[in-house]
Amino acid sequence: MAKESKKAVDFDKIKANLGKEFKPVQILDNDANVVNEDLMASFSDDQLVDFMKKLVWERALHEQTMNFSRQGRLGFYAPTAGEEASEMGTVSAFKENDFLFPAYRDVPQLIQHGATVTEGYLWSRGHVKGNKFKARALMPQIIIGAQMVEMAGAALGLKKNGEDAVAFAYTGDGGTSQGDTYEGMNFAGAFQAPAVFIIQNNGFAISVPRRKQTAATTLAQKAVAAGIPSVQVDGMDILACYQVAKEAREFAAAGNGPVMIETLTYRFGAHSSAGDDPSRYRTKEEEQPWFDNDPLIRMRKYLTNKKLWSQDQEDAYIEECKNSFKDAIKEADGVEPEKVSDMLKNTFEVPTPDIKAQIAEFEAKESK
Amino acid sequence: MAKKSYIQAITDGLDIVLNEDPKTLIFGEDVGKNGGVFRTTQGLQEKYGEDRVFDTPLAESGILGLSIGLGLTGWRPIPEIQFMGFTFEAVDSIAGQMARTRFRFGAEKNLPITIRTPFGGGTHTAEMHADNLENFFTGIPGLRVVTPSNPYDAKGMVISAVENNDPVLFMENLKLYRSMKDDIPDDKYTVPLDTAKVVQEGTDVTVVAYSAEVNESLKVAEKLAKENISVEVVDLRSLSPIDTDTVFASVEKTHKVVVVQEAQKMAGVGAQVASAISEQAIMSLDAPIGRVAAPNSVYPFAQAENVWIPAADDIEAKVREVLEY
Repeated sequence: MAKESKKAVDFDKIKANLGKEFKPVQILDNDANVVNEDLMASFSDDQLVDFMKKLVWERALHEQTMNFSRQGRLGFYAPTAGEEASEMGTVSAFKENDFLFPAYRDVPQLIQHGATVTEGYLWSRGHVKGNKFKARALMPQIIIGAQMVEMAGAALGLKKNGEDAVAFAYTGDGGTSQGDTYEGMNFAGAFQAPAVFIIQNNGFAISVPRRKQTAATTLAQKAVAAGIPSVQVDGMDILACYQVAKEAREFAAAGNGPVMIETLTYRFGAHSSAGDDPSRYRTKEEEQPWFDNDPLIRMRKYLTNKKLWSQDQEDAYIEECKNSFKDAIKEADGVEPEKVSDMLKNTFEVPTPDIKAQIAEFEAKESK
Repeated sequence: MAKKSYIQAITDGLDIVLNEDPKTLIFGEDVGKNGGVFRTTQGLQEKYGEDRVFDTPLAESGILGLSIGLGLTGWRPIPEIQFMGFTFEAVDSIAGQMARTRFRFGAEKNLPITIRTPFGGGTHTAEMHADNLENFFTGIPGLRVVTPSNPYDAKGMVISAVENNDPVLFMENLKLYRSMKDDIPDDKYTVPLDTAKVVQEGTDVTVVAYSAEVNESLKVAEKLAKENISVEVVDLRSLSPIDTDTVFASVEKTHKVVVVQEAQKMAGVGAQVASAISEQAIMSLDAPIGRVAAPNSVYPFAQAENVWIPAADDIEAKVREVLEY
């Protein structure tokens, strides 16, 4: 008779406990109840109103931009409704010298960091002037994950420069599956570089839901393997997103190495302005709780109760924002199309002989 | 002046740029304490410290992504990819990111990165260690691709590559690393990145080659000289861009040309040279363009390597064919 088998390892137990340590940070819950009084007390009334305005600004930017898009006045643009708390909360923690590596859904943060709305629109249309912003940033990354390895390098560069600056990179839930995301985290960890990785988990990579992306319970835990402290935050709570990003920045800037933040948020609409149809991959029942969880609703409710905000104020501010976006697109309309000869000149600092010949060829065409 | 190997010449060049420009950084797998698996960076970490010469985690995309970020923050990176076959892991970093950065920024930012990587057959390596991947990389706008064929050029070109403000893929032939020695000046000198060189003057036929095939071509020139056949050998040195002026000048003199490469024949450097001659110098020719290249298989397993790689015999046969046309 065989002896009773003994086990050295309880894999069932290990598996059941993976990622259990992560509990999303929250300050204001979705019914606008303050769940962390101490942290709430650290915000001034002006700061709270400023956060509300940023949420309204980004929602208005989204709506007006989608309008322009439907009118055929823009190229590729990634809608941002639903993700305002995650985007505006985290970017509010940046300092001017910080280096931003945005993905394509992060145009609003790029604008907050110093690019203009006009540049955002030129980027969407596909014009090099959209990339000539004064913000210390790369243009929105199209290859998912590529920004993560570049940002690790920039963070190391900032450290070597002895600058009081941090590198921030954004990607989404799908982006965490890309090998470059792990390489970026691992390099930043190995060099203890001042890097903050922000994973905006909005539930979907185009149509593929988060649960099909990975067996990991949380995305936050992916950083743990690289020796990086990581945190989940309620991505619909702008105050929590700001607070966590601010603390992450301070930690990284103090020479403690990188940090990762997973914001739990939701993309209210389609993946892109080209208009995929979310009803093909998710149900109204799935969407509704997230719509109820709108980051603007809870801040509006909280601030209205405190008499710091009103619907009239919001309507007036939306109008002001939308007018500024209309001015921005008019300005973009006035920009001359890019010349092929200029693109050729931009390829190398000293044009190669073949490119020199092609510059001459296109300059002749362009002068006609 | 001192006799130096191809590899010592590169080490010399790296030593000079590290010494001259405090913003230069050397990094990659095993380049620090170990001095690189071929010892190309030997002694440099000791001399310049771990801040300037350092080992990275083992990930090629990470290494080149790191280079981009360092370049964007004011540094002049000299990353090493341990073998050229490993660049496949980092193709997006090179083609999708690094080579496009200046273009994307409308010329407002340059990425002065020199990627050093060994390649080339004949040393019976494991798979993916010897592939000639220039055919692949010369099609990338915004990236210079260069490869020296001798120690003198190796030192002068590595210095030029690092001083250049655009990304350069610097291909080091691993068969030449220790098999070739030259008298090399001790001081700094540079060799331009975008000019070919006539390494053997001749009047009857032009052989255009690069890297180790230059030496094979020189053997042919020496042998045929005994039969009073005068072979001119042009070393391309730069594979992107290609110095067609030097090639055309030679072809206009000899009226016959053979284009030689170690890489597979399809869609590559030799095809580009042949196409440029056809387009702009065809009237100078009095025979069809001859081509010598490896067949279009995957790079061979080590035991078949010596048959697969084009050698002096193959070049000689093609030169005779063109001459007898």
